[in-house]
Amino acid sequence: MAQHKGKNKDGNPGGAGEIMQILIVVSIICLILSFLVSRKKTLAGVKRGGIMFLNLLPAVFIVIFLTSVFLYLIPEKAITEYLGVGSGFFGVMGAALVGSISLIPGFVAYPLSGLLISRGVGYTVVAVFITTLMMVGMLTLPIEIKYFGRKAAIMRNALSFIGALVIGLLIGVFIK
Amino acid sequence: MINKLLKQYFWVVLLVLFLAGSLFLDFEPGVKIYSNFNRFFIEMITFLPLMFLLVGLFDVWVPKEKLEKHIGHGTGITGTLWVILFATFQAGPLYSAFPVAYLLSKKGASVRNVFIYLGAFSCLKIPMLTFEIGFLGLRFSILRTFFSLLVFVIIGIVMEKYVGRDFKVMGVK
Repeated sequence: MAQHKGKNKDGNPGGAGEIMQILIVVSIICLILSFLVSRKKTLAGVKRGGIMFLNLLPAVFIVIFLTSVFLYLIPEKAITEYLGVGSGFFGVMGAALVGSISLIPGFVAYPLSGLLISRGVGYTVVAVFITTLMMVGMLTLPIEIKYFGRKAAIMRNALSFIGALVIGLLIGVFIK
Repeated sequence: MINKLLKQYFWVVLLVLFLAGSLFLDFEPGVKIYSNFNRFFIEMITFLPLMFLLVGLFDVWVPKEKLEKHIGHGTGITGTLWVILFATFQAGPLYSAFPVAYLLSKKGASVRNVFIYLGAFSCLKIPMLTFEIGFLGLRFSILRTFFSLLVFVIIGIVMEKYVGRDFKVMGVK
């Protein structure tokens, strides 16, 4: 029989839920205020947002699927193990690549990074990992290209990749 | 355009069939992929519609002239500071910033400020900073924030040079 484990595997720690709640409250307040001022404009806005959302949805769907496949092939635990070894040139480049490819939300990445530090991984590696994670998105590149075009999207990611390495190295100079 | 949409949704249907089939036949890799998928999809499907709702409202209420005056071309450091401030109060994954970037671009923000917005959004979100300080310490957080700020402002300037001042972010059609 199929065992659907993993459903509440590492359920999102507090932060995400809180942010979500704030977003819901803010959205509702904005919607009500907008509606009170002008019904017509509000409907136009909701419609515009809705259309943008529907246009983006297939791409998001595919990206999430690719991410799921990626995490199946390389689970988060393996990422930790892999980064745990790292220091020196290969450690830093490895962290940059892993960070660029994976889509780990910040509220998972920070605890993970804390763990890495406590295991003796250097601050440079952790900084490079976090920064590439946040600024470089290889899996989300298809979405980015839809908005920015191929040329700009690839350039932004390339610059961010280099930038992340610079940030990591600078941090390594200041924190040993 | 309809063809393009069909093509995109064709893949969606295919993937759904794959996931459903895996669950039905108890195909292990598929089931595991599904459990990962589920986790992200629920997050996205609750988050993105709200994000787009706000983007839509922002679109109808914020007049172009006003935004352009504050963060358009020639607004210099003040404009950049406004964009950064705006970005730090947000949350979510980087790709939820793209529609907002489109809107800023549409309403006349300078190319530099659009890319600086993306940088600030990815590196300086206040909700995330609290997390970072908690797990990696204040010193790390301050240093990373400071260096990131320098880096993404430079990236913004370089990107403006690279794609040109007339560059516009496209709305997904």
